[in-house]
Amino acid sequence: MKIVAAMSGGVDSAVAAARMAEAGHEVIGVHLALSSNPQKYRSGARGCCTIEDSHDARRAADMIGIPFYIWDMAEEFHDGVVENFIEEYANGRTPNPCLRCNEKIKFAAVLERAKGLGFDGVATGHYAQMRETDFGRTMHRAVDPGKDQSYVLAVLNKEQLDGALFPLGDTVKDDVRIEAKKRGLYVANKPDSHDICFIPSGNNAGWLRDRLGSESGPIVDEDGKQVGEHQGAYTYTIGQRRGLHLSVPTEGGTPRYVLKIEPKTNTVVVGSKDALAISHIEGEKAIWCGPQPEAGKVHRGFAQIRAHGAPLPCEYRTDGVSIVADLDEPLLGLATGQGLVIYDGDRVVGSATVSATE
Amino acid sequence: MAIYLDHAATTPMLPAAIDAYSRQMAQIGNASSLHTQGRSVRKAVEESRELIAQAAGCEASEIIFTGSGTEANNLAIKGFFWSNPSKKTIVVSTIEHHAVLDPVEWLREHEGANVIHAPVTSEGLIDLAALKAIIENNREEIALIAVMHSNNEVGTLQPIADVVKMAGDIPVHTDAVQSFGKVVFDFADLGVTSATISAHKLGGPLGVAALILKRGLDITPLLHGGGQERDIRSSTVNAPGIVSFAAAVDQALMNLRENYFKVSALADQLRAGITKAVPSAIFNGGGEERLPGIVNVTFPGTKNESLLVLLDLAGISASQGSACSAGVQRPSHVLLAMDISEVNADATIRFSLGTTTSEEDIASVCKAISAVVSKAGL
Repeated sequence: MKIVAAMSGGVDSAVAAARMAEAGHEVIGVHLALSSNPQKYRSGARGCCTIEDSHDARRAADMIGIPFYIWDMAEEFHDGVVENFIEEYANGRTPNPCLRCNEKIKFAAVLERAKGLGFDGVATGHYAQMRETDFGRTMHRAVDPGKDQSYVLAVLNKEQLDGALFPLGDTVKDDVRIEAKKRGLYVANKPDSHDICFIPSGNNAGWLRDRLGSESGPIVDEDGKQVGEHQGAYTYTIGQRRGLHLSVPTEGGTPRYVLKIEPKTNTVVVGSKDALAISHIEGEKAIWCGPQPEAGKVHRGFAQIRAHGAPLPCEYRTDGVSIVADLDEPLLGLATGQGLVIYDGDRVVGSATVSATE
Repeated sequence: MAIYLDHAATTPMLPAAIDAYSRQMAQIGNASSLHTQGRSVRKAVEESRELIAQAAGCEASEIIFTGSGTEANNLAIKGFFWSNPSKKTIVVSTIEHHAVLDPVEWLREHEGANVIHAPVTSEGLIDLAALKAIIENNREEIALIAVMHSNNEVGTLQPIADVVKMAGDIPVHTDAVQSFGKVVFDFADLGVTSATISAHKLGGPLGVAALILKRGLDITPLLHGGGQERDIRSSTVNAPGIVSFAAAVDQALMNLRENYFKVSALADQLRAGITKAVPSAIFNGGGEERLPGIVNVTFPGTKNESLLVLLDLAGISASQGSACSAGVQRPSHVLLAMDISEVNADATIRFSLGTTTSEEDIASVCKAISAVVSKAGL
């Protein structure tokens, strides 16, 4: 096959590219420039789109012996990921930009360009597995549970997944590092990337404040009584307890948690831990990684609501465009805007964006 | 088979230049030493300086060897600016190479320079009327005017003699890196105050270039530490590089006329072949006189990132014309200055031909280009 290997400059994508080349595919390495001014997103060893990272990717491609190019996706990234991130916060939601990047950039804009240039698919260093099953070609969790990234890939539809290759899904991270060393890839010891790559400081609240302003507003309890003041509702997360600086204590001094963010009235609602518990999750904009489960029927499976969260046993149903999940055990705190991913065992069924909880 | 059409980026070293380089590398001695070996190396350097001076139409003492064309441009721009503290304005054309634009921008940010960009026409030629107005309105404040001799992206030759005439006693610097060795370049004849030339663009080695600076002028140095080159540039004299530079200049100048017509004819063939294969193609850069080997072409509806990948995979090396440090292709400032839309600038690539380019190379490109363009337009 003719494959585009997306190379971030990190160890995983380098080994993934090397494996594809070794398997006899015709491979080119492509690094995505996600900022038109790379210094702007420079974040030392943490990010995935700095000048150093593009050099690291180039050197890895040299060592593997494949052609290497840089594709400028800055505009697509800004419009599809950064703007969406700001907009979601402005609407009182807590978005996951890595999901949007996979959905709109890596397996949309890149895959589309790759196909246009005559390539068959895009390989990345994500930890997930594609397998042939009774449901066709389906996505499954990686063998390394600590690194499994099927959650952030669950935004890819069947067609996108058909053009996706994840050569590392069958390997644990430690072995990938050992393999990188054996292959002479000097990125072998490079630390993993964390945090949000376009917020190099790691100070998400400060970054958002610069873009959304810091209009103060009331913090109220469940009865609507004001108990404090905030400096920008979007800097709070559902379930947050620290840093609320409430002026009115509760009876008995029990701690209070953020329950709800209401952007229209610029209000943050707090309450007891019990009030955080939810077991009913509604998600919109459903995406199916394989066949769509039968509509109207109740299915059993697992819901996952964070990248490295636990799979939560649940019953779920769908009408095709939304997913409703009822958890067996209640869960403490879930922000709208997060990704709801449904699993059938280790198979990824699909995902939706959390729109309401109870 | 690899087809190299990026000669404006760098061109293969001439065998005579490789020979000269190897021979000089085997010679012991620092050109600044007083002993026999030192004098012997110095002799080779000075003979080279004289040869290059003769070829460039200047005095040997006007040549200041540097480590690169970028260094020579920096030296001229910062040197003139710093050596005349009473004048704070720099006039620079909008289509200069980054080796000129960036030091000017640095002076603006860090040293309080006032920068005026002189516009170009849609053909890529300096707008003389606009330049005249700029000079007349700011004459007393201008420290330096910088207009390149020929443009590296679109190949236009600039009317430098006219610029010099307008400038009067204001210093004029010209970046002649792409011109020297390919078209007629005569320092004294042009009347400029300083000019940059570089070895690797004409078949010499990397790591050696020169600032030609009018006799009697002192500009503030960038490097201090020995004053080897006229007290304006310090560093141990790069004898092998300089000797090899001279060998390349000797060859290039001896064959200037023949090479000019050969490369021009190949470029014409390429333009004709592209037009036949892709009738919508637009060629950029006008003027009566041009660099012979530059073919700058827009394929509307494509992305140059895709064009370059497809050409590379087909064994054809072309370029966008300029790239930033991260390798990200941004729309060319030269094309934008020529009033070409951002979309079309993003659909533009540069083929640059050299003396080693063959008719077969051109025929192969003309054969491949139609498929490449239609794929890159998807």
